[in-house]
Amino acid sequence: MRLPSWITQHLAALRAVLVLTVLLGILYPLAVTGIVQLPGLRDNANGSLVKTGETTVGSSIVGQAFTDADGNPLKQYFQSRPSAAGAGYDMDSTSASNLGPESIEDTLGDPALDPNSADGDGSSQALLSQVCSRSKAVGELEGVDGSRPYCTADGLGAVLRVFYSDGLSGTVTRAVSVNQRCPATPFIGTYEGVTVECAKFGEDYSGGVLVPVRGDAPADPAVPADAVTASGSGLDPNISVAYADLQVNRIAQARGITTDQVRALVAKNTTGRALGFMGEPAVNVLELNLDLDSTYPFHG
Amino acid sequence: MNPTLAGILFIASLIAALALAYRFLGDYMYRVLTSARHTAVERGVYRAVGVDPDADQRWTAYARSVLAFSAVSLLFLYALQRFQGHLWQLGTHFVGVPADLAWNTAVSFTTNTNWQAYSGEATMSHVTQMAGLAVQNFVSAAVGVAVALAVVRGFIRSRTDRLGNFWVDLVRVCWRILLPISIVGAVVLVAGGAVQNFTGGHDATTLTGAAQHITGGPVASQEVIKELGTNGGGFYNVNSAHPFENPTSWTNWLEIFLLLCVGFSMPRVFGRMVGDKRQGRAIVTVMAILAIGGVVLVNWAQLHHGGTVPTAVGAATEGTDLRFGVSNSATFAGATTLTSTGAVDSFHDSYTAFGGAVTMFDMMLGEVAPGGTGTGLYGMLVLAVITVFVAGLMVGRTPEYLGKKIGAREIKFASLYFLVTPAIVLIGAAAAMATKNHETALNTGPHGFSEVLYAFTSAANNNGSAFAGITVNTTWWNTALGLAMLFGRFLPIIFVLGLAGSLAAQKPVPASAGTLPTHKPLFIGLLVGVTLILVALTFLPALALGPLAEGLS
Repeated sequence: MRLPSWITQHLAALRAVLVLTVLLGILYPLAVTGIVQLPGLRDNANGSLVKTGETTVGSSIVGQAFTDADGNPLKQYFQSRPSAAGAGYDMDSTSASNLGPESIEDTLGDPALDPNSADGDGSSQALLSQVCSRSKAVGELEGVDGSRPYCTADGLGAVLRVFYSDGLSGTVTRAVSVNQRCPATPFIGTYEGVTVECAKFGEDYSGGVLVPVRGDAPADPAVPADAVTASGSGLDPNISVAYADLQVNRIAQARGITTDQVRALVAKNTTGRALGFMGEPAVNVLELNLDLDSTYPFHG
Repeated sequence: MNPTLAGILFIASLIAALALAYRFLGDYMYRVLTSARHTAVERGVYRAVGVDPDADQRWTAYARSVLAFSAVSLLFLYALQRFQGHLWQLGTHFVGVPADLAWNTAVSFTTNTNWQAYSGEATMSHVTQMAGLAVQNFVSAAVGVAVALAVVRGFIRSRTDRLGNFWVDLVRVCWRILLPISIVGAVVLVAGGAVQNFTGGHDATTLTGAAQHITGGPVASQEVIKELGTNGGGFYNVNSAHPFENPTSWTNWLEIFLLLCVGFSMPRVFGRMVGDKRQGRAIVTVMAILAIGGVVLVNWAQLHHGGTVPTAVGAATEGTDLRFGVSNSATFAGATTLTSTGAVDSFHDSYTAFGGAVTMFDMMLGEVAPGGTGTGLYGMLVLAVITVFVAGLMVGRTPEYLGKKIGAREIKFASLYFLVTPAIVLIGAAAAMATKNHETALNTGPHGFSEVLYAFTSAANNNGSAFAGITVNTTWWNTALGLAMLFGRFLPIIFVLGLAGSLAAQKPVPASAGTLPTHKPLFIGLLVGVTLILVALTFLPALALGPLAEGLS
């Protein structure tokens, strides 16, 4: 018997999907996988694994954290960039922060809840406070000024909610430093003549106008940009030359070697722009730390 | 070298390479797509499928074949995801994908959108990725080129109701264009460091003694077609920012080139097919003007790093990887939103307000500069039809394009084509706000609205990139965006094939003194203007509520 044309058409479509799946979905990836078994390609195809002895310590093109179990930086290692992939550099849950340029107001935690419990206390830092606190921490670790524009001295976003007599205009009636939880001392004493308050959990400040305050930090801070921002992949294997330079003194001190010896290894693990103009000069942190360990072992 | 100069050279070298692609890849594609000869493999495929490769189809039959093929693809991909837990997985161990997410993903990949409401490394088995998702990367791209070919045939054929054979167009694009480039490209990507294996990965113990799972998978073979076919669905959650998908600054250049090369070569195919290369040059010039403008604007906004957080940081580095840098990331963002790719090597959600607005505006252009594979060309031809109509109104003549009269029937099809996307975007965003589904956005205020607007713009335009800070893996979002992608893909295809059918039936009118020459700078300028004005009038109010409000506050 003859099938109606709308059925034969869909049967033809089904056969097309199956044939193309065999060609493009099975034979093609198999062929590519076969070709890349050639020497020179094979290691890349398997993930550029790095081994010390028998142990696989990572992939040379994937970053990892050089911190202790509590997340504190280990002073003998160059530190990687902040990562939003899982708990940091987790290849099973890669991610960026996805926080926007005006993510400036933190959510305060409920003091009645335990911040260390599984659910936490509901607090979350906006991108600005994350940047400020990282900058402060890196500044302290490396012994430089960690201040940045729009940051408070205690490493939070310098942001006010300002209340006006007529909503959006008129005289200032109240000002709250929203990211500084009481009993913190607000980063400025007064705003347009009104005493600035610290922030309390549970108070609704949404009626105020958000005002980030620039402060007098230098526009070109001592802590480089890549040290305070999370990468897109969460797996960034690189840091900038500036951030590597900043860490040289600490590494030299921790390992009891000269800064020139450290600098030589930094230079060895720095790649310039491809063809002179593609991308940015970058230092591979894992390779650099491996070189340090093999050349100048750390005796903690 | 100063970073800005390096960024300019990066863009300039891409332009030079794309000019070569226009000339040589365009000519190659023209020869392949218009050849009367079938290769042995292709004849085998037609026999297996059971179609006559030399039969010519009416526009309605062509459209029905597109729809049947896409419908079966959708069901096949849906089933593959649902049952992946019972199939061979090549090293991964994932259960079936939930129904709403499987629906969303199946629509997403068959419509060449490649919107991803899931995280690749945590959801999809290697087999689903390569035999399901990657296959759609090829064929959905080929469907776009096929429809574009049918539309061009509408212009060059006369007094016929036949527009070609969908199955031949589909198979040739896959077999003779996409596949050879993909094989070479995949090997080159592996040379740069991309992975290509069939393992579940390796367990590493890091220098500090922590565990790190080094993931595996057939990544390079999927990465290359993801860019070449303007698909954009990443093997991994972080897409082309992942070192295993895009390991170096030069693979980044290559991936940008791949995602633009077919789109910029299609006008050459068009010019050769209509027998006047100048017509192709005019179209590619319009695309290039819009594309360069878009890429330069994103670069400017990102390097200028306005806004509170970028000022505090001193650079717009949040969400960018160091090996690419801010400028090359911005160039990728421009390219991916100007085509219908939607792959990302940096996260647009963390872009400056104006940088984010430009990427959104790029998509709102309707993905025509150069747009997706094929879709960009037919989108631009519809705008060209509208342009000659507008120009005709100005001087009071019956408009014509390439010797065909643009009458009431043609303008109806063109207008319907243009109205589909804005209708979906604006109604969809309004529905999300009205039903409070926008509350899944990570950010609040204007930035939260931008996330909603971006999601519908991306889905309806079949782009697939995301302002990722919005939770879209909910039943409402999966369903709504699935419908947006489906209508955003197939309604325009039906309308544009209808337009082609109507044009093919006409007899050509000889050019007269009053005919607007469509290869001269005047027409190029008009077409750029019409594109920008149509988009601006449609979307500015919505943009004003989101990124513009954020950037100006």
